Amino acid sequence: MRPGLFTRRRFLGLASAASGAAVLRCETVSAPRHARTASALVDVNVSLSQWPLRRLALSNTTGLVAKLRGNNVISAWAGTFDGLLHKDLAGVNARLTHECQRNGRGVLRPFGSINPMLPDWEEELRRCADEHRMPGIRLHPNYHGYSLSDPNFARLLKLAAERRLIVQLALVMEDERMMHPLLQARPVDTAPLAGLVKQMPSLRLVLLNALRTLRAKPLLDLIAAGNVFVEISMLEGIGGVGNLLQQVPSTRVLFGSHAPLFYFESSLFKLRESPLSDEQMRNIRAANARTLAAAFQRRTML
Amino acid sequence: MATRLNHWLWNEMEIWDLHCHLSGVPGNTPEARLDKLLEYADRFGVARLCVYMGMEWAYDPSPEKLRDDNDQVLRALKHRPDRVLGFVYLNPKHIEASLHELDRCVRDGPMVGVKLWVAQRCNTPELDPIIARATELKAVIFQHTWLKITGNLPGESTPMDLAELAARHPKAALICGHSGGDWERGLRAIRPCQNVYADLAGGDPTAGLTEMAVRELGAERVIYGSDIGGRSFASQLAKVYGAEIPQKTKALILGANLKRLLQPILKDKGIKA
Repeated sequence: MRPGLFTRRRFLGLASAASGAAVLRCETVSAPRHARTASALVDVNVSLSQWPLRRLALSNTTGLVAKLRGNNVISAWAGTFDGLLHKDLAGVNARLTHECQRNGRGVLRPFGSINPMLPDWEEELRRCADEHRMPGIRLHPNYHGYSLSDPNFARLLKLAAERRLIVQLALVMEDERMMHPLLQARPVDTAPLAGLVKQMPSLRLVLLNALRTLRAKPLLDLIAAGNVFVEISMLEGIGGVGNLLQQVPSTRVLFGSHAPLFYFESSLFKLRESPLSDEQMRNIRAANARTLAAAFQRRTML
Repeated sequence: MATRLNHWLWNEMEIWDLHCHLSGVPGNTPEARLDKLLEYADRFGVARLCVYMGMEWAYDPSPEKLRDDNDQVLRALKHRPDRVLGFVYLNPKHIEASLHELDRCVRDGPMVGVKLWVAQRCNTPELDPIIARATELKAVIFQHTWLKITGNLPGESTPMDLAELAARHPKAALICGHSGGDWERGLRAIRPCQNVYADLAGGDPTAGLTEMAVRELGAERVIYGSDIGGRSFASQLAKVYGAEIPQKTKALILGANLKRLLQPILKDKGIKA
């Protein structure tokens, strides 16, 4: 028997579920049926619209949703690439909501972009919560030009927490070594964040694309500071998820793919690379995200 | 449909990983680290690992350090010759020592390739004797490259440097490490050089990399690698499995291309593949 025969066959089975062919095959599978399976995923890090610097194969919502559904994603928290550079964020968030409703097939949940450096950003926050009924918001401080010590950022966190909005904070979008020379957005410095989180016990904060730059003590301090979660799209190293779980409780780790900028399969395969217990797998795949989202559902029922 | 295609994929090929290291892996010995790497490799059905450099790296290794690093890889090779292929790590700043290591590890030993990292940019003439000798031995040459907007290391090669080297050595089999990092520029730089292959390893799993490599270089010039232990099998295999390319092309990238490239030296050494 050749090395790895059994596991290779099993892996190819997994890969087929992640392939384009499998996407077509799974087109007919409905979301509710997915929801009943133990392998259901909640992807907390996808983006709609066009990445400003490259055409992506899954930049159309229909294709992205087909890929997600084909891989058992029952819910995907969707921001928009338009939120990085557009100044009319009211328009951006309205389009995001519309696109999730029109082409999301019950999978996409919109997370609006807020830039606290723009005039009257509080109205944007209100619309995200009250008009678009979003579960949360997504922040890009390095594209919007502010540091986390800015008083407006603290105010934004406070207002979002009061509205029970999940706050997603993206530390980086791509490898800083290969950014466009005219669009270099350095990773967000998280040093002020733990202090802010400690002051806001009701804040629910999800760090996106964080694990490239945020590690060791700064990461642990943040996790210990409050309701802080991380997702795995930029987690690297051999057996990365297993290594992370030696430091961070599995109740704080979420599945995020960073699709369509990253190949979706990257995060999916990370769950296979590390031997994980059933509980760890369940938490990361969907349970943690569902718990987080439950607070939103309570809000919408008020 | 998917099942039939993957059945074909399985029957026709094995996954070979071009780009593996003993660093960043748990274990106190090369053997222990290799065993750990293979545990993870088996979770994805990766059959062969090309391993180079030692357990701790130096940008500009002395002759003694080179020898130590290569000895560690030789130990790993001896431990699992059925699963590992070795590349000898060389430093163009120490030509005599490098040529000696090349003879020791490739001509007289079991290794099948050369690894050049960041000691000296690869367009300099100092590399010529190494490339000529490696080509004579039918060894493939892996050159790390990167194009960093944040600034390269002083001796760090770019894909453009490699293109210069390739033009001087048209018979050499050269591999462009990381596809230049900034692959949208790197792939363009090596596009005209038919003897240069693109290594997909070591960068983020950014969608479009593999599709562009196949489109611009042709499927036969694109090779899967992981750059473990700094990276994961997961993110790097995803570059191939997630790409919008035919299954047959995936099979080439995941193993067949590397196997074909190594075939002459494997045959000379009597290594069955």
